[in-house]
Amino acid sequence: MQSLRFRAIAALIVLILGLVYMLPSVPGVQDSALGKILPGDAINLGLDLKGGIHLTLGVDMDTAMDNNLARLGDDLKATAREGDVFILRPTVLSESQIEVTLLKGDQKDAFDTIIKNSSPFAIESSTPLGDSKLKYVLSISPQYRSNIEKLTMEQAIKTIRNRIDQFGVAEPDIRRQQDNRIQVQLPGLQDPERAIKIIGQTALLEFKMVDDTADIEKAKKGILAPGRELSTILHKLPNGKYSETSIVLKKDSVLTGEYVTDAKVSMDQWNKPFVSITFNARGGAIFTNLTSENVNKRMAIVLDGKVYSAPVIQERISGGRASITGQFTQEEARDLAVVLRAGSLPAPVQILEQRTVGPSLGQESIDNGIMSAVIGMVAVLAFMLIYYGFAGMVADLVLCINIMLIMSGLALFGATLTLPGIAGIILTIGMAVDANVIIFERIREELRRGLSSTQAIIEGYDRATLTILDANLTTVIAAIILYQFGTGPIRGFAVTLILGIVTSMFTAIFVSRILFDLYTKSRSANAKLSI
Amino acid sequence: MGLQIIKPNTTIDFIGIKKIAFILSALLILAGLGSLIIKGGPKYGIDFAGGMIVQVKIEKDTDVNMVKDALKGVELPGLVVQTFGLEGDHEYLIRTSSSNISSEEVRNRVNNAFQANLDGASYDIQRLEMVGPKVGADLRSKALEALFYAVLLIAVYISGRFEQRWTVAGFMAAALGAGVYGIGLLGLDMGWLIIAALAITVGLCWYLKLNYALGAVTALIHDVTITIGIFSILGKEFDLTIIAALLTIIGYSLNDTIIVFDRIRENSNARKNTNSFADVINLSVNQTLSRTIMTSLTTLMVVFCLFVLGGSVIHDFALALLIGIGVGTYSSIFVASPILLGFGPSDFAKQDEVEA
Repeated sequence: MQSLRFRAIAALIVLILGLVYMLPSVPGVQDSALGKILPGDAINLGLDLKGGIHLTLGVDMDTAMDNNLARLGDDLKATAREGDVFILRPTVLSESQIEVTLLKGDQKDAFDTIIKNSSPFAIESSTPLGDSKLKYVLSISPQYRSNIEKLTMEQAIKTIRNRIDQFGVAEPDIRRQQDNRIQVQLPGLQDPERAIKIIGQTALLEFKMVDDTADIEKAKKGILAPGRELSTILHKLPNGKYSETSIVLKKDSVLTGEYVTDAKVSMDQWNKPFVSITFNARGGAIFTNLTSENVNKRMAIVLDGKVYSAPVIQERISGGRASITGQFTQEEARDLAVVLRAGSLPAPVQILEQRTVGPSLGQESIDNGIMSAVIGMVAVLAFMLIYYGFAGMVADLVLCINIMLIMSGLALFGATLTLPGIAGIILTIGMAVDANVIIFERIREELRRGLSSTQAIIEGYDRATLTILDANLTTVIAAIILYQFGTGPIRGFAVTLILGIVTSMFTAIFVSRILFDLYTKSRSANAKLSI
Repeated sequence: MGLQIIKPNTTIDFIGIKKIAFILSALLILAGLGSLIIKGGPKYGIDFAGGMIVQVKIEKDTDVNMVKDALKGVELPGLVVQTFGLEGDHEYLIRTSSSNISSEEVRNRVNNAFQANLDGASYDIQRLEMVGPKVGADLRSKALEALFYAVLLIAVYISGRFEQRWTVAGFMAAALGAGVYGIGLLGLDMGWLIIAALAITVGLCWYLKLNYALGAVTALIHDVTITIGIFSILGKEFDLTIIAALLTIIGYSLNDTIIVFDRIRENSNARKNTNSFADVINLSVNQTLSRTIMTSLTTLMVVFCLFVLGGSVIHDFALALLIGIGVGTYSSIFVASPILLGFGPSDFAKQDEVEA
């Protein structure tokens, strides 16, 4: 009987721990006095239950690679120039190769050393062109490439997180997935379209000089001087539509959004919103230089390839501030400020998967889920009580403990409860009942064989335990595989199932045994067992 | 003593009626497969096929034709309107096969059409889901992969656990791995790969005389096939939650089969007289019958509550469970055990040698 005491104490400890971790998930408890001493983790509800947005974004890694290689090429050009070695603007050949032309063939050794010492490139080939020029094909190693991919993903996630933080969503969940995908979950959000727009915007801000000497008509026919590009300025009309004017820009951006430290919405004297941006020290210096060198010229402000405005520089602007005007609505200006503040995405992202659940459906799902679970449970409890008598009462008690433990487990491990998760719990109820039924039927058999209650209980538990273990282990195997290969809701289901099986084995085999032992201990050995 | 559904010492000759059971199973499977062939494979939901769905609830007595009429002018590729959830909820799924149109655009088009054509009835867009084609294909192959590995590991576990033949089980796993890798080189679709893998599994179990695994695996293939078949006959869609349901069915079916097998093993180890293996199986099935029925009954009770009250989102999931648990209970008695017998007698003597 000594062991019974230990078992009872062990079960009590688990029970109390279970209660402590479950209570915060009960509505109202967290705000009460009791809530202050309990652990703060309540069960997370999945998006299907509380409403919100689930997005899977694909980062366009090809474009990111091209951009990166182009930048590395520019860096190489700049480094070479510092050593008085001159190369032509590099062009990107593929996702891991660029082509550059060395202007003076006699600088080959010097250029080779520069590549070797201060660039991530390796020389694939060098072929002589005419005029002692040399054409180089340079490549980056797969390791360097995968490193760029990693950094690109990290930066993309960081940027998206920044934007969402500014958008003010409680508990967003942003994580990297395989194949350059990012999963974003925004619980409880009301305006999905606006969120999608903000998240998906590349927000590449560039300042480019306008070439007012170019002939717009010729440019429209495709005749452009080298280093120039044709673009359009959008003018918002009073009816909300846009009109377009063509404009020719110099291709090289003179300043980019990476120097932006802050962006906010301000009002001009006509009470129209505009976005004012602040540069960091370096950006501010560049901007001051630019404006002093280009007084009376036009500078275009380009966001994601669209020209927002092209004001004439009136005077040298120091102090590192600039503004973007563009006939915004208040909301548009605010969203633009958000994406500028959060920085640009290193590559365009594409929405691969989007699931939006409205809060009303979410609430309805919770209500239905809980109601059906409760009714199902009550039916089972009543049935067990009628069918097994006292033993049924034991089964009912451990079943309730079981559900409490599942709830506390979900809170403890920070798992998310989804609709399939509720289904998992309901199925666990079935499994828990099954374990009890196996034991009880076994005890009944032993009683029929003429054993005393005490003996029958011992035999019944011993024989049934192995069967229960076998049966549940296979289900655990299935659940683990579900977790491994599943996504989203299936994982939620798998987690509750695994948790449920563990707790149901604990309660059905361990806790119920204690109750039976206590019961038989308090009565004479020959008393009839109600089962 | 409490109530009893099945009287002690019940002796139903389950093995004796195996022919009827086999014919019934065969008919159900053939009907399902027939439906799949006629309909050109399973009907995939957007999880697997890609596309977009909009779930709307209309606060007015409507039927699906009224919604269809309201949406008549809306240009969306492959537009389908179907009722969703329970009758009287006026919930509808609007589906388009395209995932290229922005969700905002789809939302706008649906809104415009409803505002123009629904006589001012209020409605609520409850859910909007878009799955791109690539993600859809990924989800599909991942789900199939999950089903496949579940069956494989379970076969290995049962062989090891029940017949103490871990080495043979390991050999089977290796052979299966090699076989699947070989077929994989042919570049077949994941679906065919899995059918081939299951065929190899059953073949190997049979060849290696892993009878318990053969019985259990056949039973769960039986259950999953029938559930998929009935779903196809009912015109239901397959999505991620249905895969979760199928895996649950696998778990349940095995659970049920293993408890019967456990008893068969116990009884055949303990037999003192010269009962035939068929008698041992009959005895075991009868002994566990009470438990089998009790458990199925309580589980079905809960799932039925889910089916009726759980709401639209979980409706089909619960339906799959209802079918699967029903079939799973039947198969552990009428499919798995007779199969065990089918290969048992010649092996019965050998089993003693192994244990000796």
